[in-house]
Amino acid sequence: MKRFRKIHKLSTECTECTLGTEHHKPPCQVLTQVKKGCRCRIRRHNAHGAIRQRLLDLGFVPNAEVEMIRCATLGDPLEMRMGDYYVTLRKREADLIEVQMA
Amino acid sequence: MKSRWPDLFEIKAQMSSPKNNISIGLAGQQNAGKSTIFNMLTGASQHIANYPGVTVDKKVGNYRDEHGRVEVVDLPGTYSLTSFSLEERVARDFLLREKPDAIVNVVDASSLRRGLYFTFQLLEMSFPVVMALNMVDVAEANGRRVDSEKLAQLLGIGVVPTVGRKGRGKEKLRQTIRQTAREPKAKGSLRIEYDRLEEHIDSVYDVLSESKALAMAVPLRWMAVKLLEGDSEAFKLLNHYHKQPENVIELVRSSVEAFEEKTDISPGDYIVSCRDREASRIVDQCVEVINTNTVHVSEKIDRVLLHRGLAPLFLVLTVYLIYELSIVQGYKLTFLTWPALAWIRATVAGLLPDPGMLQDTILRSLPLWMVDSVNTLLNYVPIFLILFALIAILEDSGYMARIAFILDRVFHSFGLHGQSTLPFILGGVFTGGCAVPGIMATKGIPDERSRLATILTVPYMNCLAKIPLYTLLVNIYFTASRSYVMLFISTITIIMAMIIAKILTSTVLRGRETSPFIMEMPNYHMPMVTSVLRRAFDRTWVYIKKVGTIVIAVAVCVYVLLQFPGIPDDRMEHYQKRMDAAIKDFQADIQGTQYADLLDDEQGLLDLLNISARYREAKLAASTQEASRAVDERYEARYPELFPLLRARDAESRAISRSLRNLANERTTLRTQIREETIVHSYFGSLGKALEPVTQFAGFDWKINVALISSFAARESSVATLGVLFQEGADENIPLEERMEREGEAGGNTPLHALALMLFFALYPPCLAATIMVKVQTGSYKWMFFSIAFPTIFGLAVASGVFTFGTMLGLSGIQAMGAFYVLALITAIGLSFIRDPGWDQGGPRYTTKQEFTP
Repeated sequence: MKRFRKIHKLSTECTECTLGTEHHKPPCQVLTQVKKGCRCRIRRHNAHGAIRQRLLDLGFVPNAEVEMIRCATLGDPLEMRMGDYYVTLRKREADLIEVQMA
Repeated sequence: MKSRWPDLFEIKAQMSSPKNNISIGLAGQQNAGKSTIFNMLTGASQHIANYPGVTVDKKVGNYRDEHGRVEVVDLPGTYSLTSFSLEERVARDFLLREKPDAIVNVVDASSLRRGLYFTFQLLEMSFPVVMALNMVDVAEANGRRVDSEKLAQLLGIGVVPTVGRKGRGKEKLRQTIRQTAREPKAKGSLRIEYDRLEEHIDSVYDVLSESKALAMAVPLRWMAVKLLEGDSEAFKLLNHYHKQPENVIELVRSSVEAFEEKTDISPGDYIVSCRDREASRIVDQCVEVINTNTVHVSEKIDRVLLHRGLAPLFLVLTVYLIYELSIVQGYKLTFLTWPALAWIRATVAGLLPDPGMLQDTILRSLPLWMVDSVNTLLNYVPIFLILFALIAILEDSGYMARIAFILDRVFHSFGLHGQSTLPFILGGVFTGGCAVPGIMATKGIPDERSRLATILTVPYMNCLAKIPLYTLLVNIYFTASRSYVMLFISTITIIMAMIIAKILTSTVLRGRETSPFIMEMPNYHMPMVTSVLRRAFDRTWVYIKKVGTIVIAVAVCVYVLLQFPGIPDDRMEHYQKRMDAAIKDFQADIQGTQYADLLDDEQGLLDLLNISARYREAKLAASTQEASRAVDERYEARYPELFPLLRARDAESRAISRSLRNLANERTTLRTQIREETIVHSYFGSLGKALEPVTQFAGFDWKINVALISSFAARESSVATLGVLFQEGADENIPLEERMEREGEAGGNTPLHALALMLFFALYPPCLAATIMVKVQTGSYKWMFFSIAFPTIFGLAVASGVFTFGTMLGLSGIQAMGAFYVLALITAIGLSFIRDPGWDQGGPRYTTKQEFTP
């Protein structure tokens, strides 16, 4: 139940990127906290097994740049741009990826 | 039991084969345009097979060049060659086992860096690789130019720029394939260095090379890397080939520990970072950015189609279009194709022994039964052709991935997947569809557990053949609130399907492999007509082949259960008497005419009846006046004495002809009644009676049971069987509604009975064709039986619950319906919040774990 509330809360944050508020920005975030239109760099991910492999295959390697594009109508999954291609992830998986604002 | 891996002898045999005819594998990541390259290389000569033991399609094609034949196998599109997903294992097993002479690695030029990860894995397996650098035109439009010569030089393999959709680069690619296959080993190709891990790789390599068998079967450096990565399939290989796997496993374990202690990073992660460094080095040297910051065309389209508010609208529109075109229009098309199937049946019927007066021999009825069963399935072919073409368009255009994106959130709550949408729509979410194409469309779902759950829940949708029974019951019992009840039926099925999906994924399917929803959003492409048509025909053909073989066997079983032990003698006598009376009437009519002698024995009469039936059919089939005249001439020539009765010209023969028609009608009626009474007395019929003590809790008497059981062969028959069972009054031409109502009132049937029946019918097991499809798609009879048994028990439980509680609380049909609806809705919403057992703290759990003890 607690987990659901967390996801629910995050889903409201799929809003426009607010670049102006830099002092608000925490130094390290997870990918779900990145707002629409913002760019960030991947630090590391806490995924294991198949998820980890799939993330690596799709270019979620440390230092890769990610741009948040949009979320689906119901707030999950997310779509993001990895250089020249676009990838979608569920929030469950995006929660495992630690990023740094670019 | 035969091992999955070839033994030494087989490997040697493969190595010494002549090399003018070669076989190559086509490998690459999803969305790299692999199938367009496959079509470009092979043209029309291709077919679909299956990889042994799994339901993954294997496309095989071939072409000739100046040296000989080249067989091309299209491997499943995978991002990587690990052992995490079924497709990856299938692809890797194929490469290791078949050892193709060359591998064409299709890479999307737009995402070269990611494609290189895959190329590196192929090179590490020491395969002779040719790279088809595909969609270079799209990459340039997006501002990226790749220097293919530089790339070839860095990788040490042939690189051919191609545009598969336009056929560009075909000859060059074929030449390079031949050239690569001729060179015995991939010499000078890039070797990825793993710096600090190298010493461990070397020591593992040394231990591995002690085994000659292993060295023959797999490339050892790759094996060493895979073992250090902790790949589960690599450990299986090791156990299979190596004489002392324990020593190797021990060494790997200690190496991994030592490495992790020294570097604080797992070998797996380290390997990835080395590969990534190498890939970015190559990309930096080969890719020229001619235009930065372009917004892709696809992204521009998605700003509209995937707009947060508008996306559902476009989705509904697309779904409606598919439904309208395939199910509605396809159904209309079946009226055009049905005559062809009817002609086949008539031809078969003509070859079999003639029908008897009241009953046919098994030599006639069984083959006809089988033809009918096959025809029922072939009847869907037009629907499938349209459907598969539309699915191919959705796949090729890239919108399929978007559908999954939009709806994943909903389905995911119930253990399903975004791509479960299409199967449910085809199954008939709201207005009626067919479970057979629905189950077939589950093929694309990447998540094994969701795929099985979808297969098992699609049959709960409202198939077209369920509608007549609903209509019948609603017209009898719910005339006042017809629209509410129809709304109830169309929405309760999806609610129940979600509940069942959740139950199944949390229980029986619990241990099944799931995969994360991490998907590349492909670029939009204009679908190509040839590729769409080819896929539509291929898939339809696979359906015909697979279903055709199984259906014959199942049809025989159902035939026996529905026809034996047969109608009791006293009932048969009763029918015989009625027939005799009709014959006497007829004979009285022809007394004193010139035909009396001709028709005085029963055989002569039977022949006449059969000839006249055939004549009428032939006349109906004749569409033009000439054809009709030809039929006349043919029958006149063959039966000169009887022809005046078939086509009456004078008053006498007209009168006899009328009398003959009466006789024929009586015969048809009696035959129908006998056929249906046979069902009542059959094993299925007895089963219906035997089940009455159980089904009484749901309010079903034995008549309903028989109707439900017999409708398993085809849903359409449920109403027909009920028609037989509620026969009193049939002669007075009272409609079935009234007959059932009248008898229902006498027997105390209420709308509550009807509600229980409708609920059971909604949850009823899939029909024969759909269960066969379940077998085909799951590859196991176990799931086929499960798909029959579970809905029966569950449906009965629900129907009994509603009926028993409804009776206890004294609810009316509508009240019980409302109460049940609210209850089901609450259950579904409640279940959607329950945590999926497949997820634990770190995310979904996988059956393929990385362990050191295989």
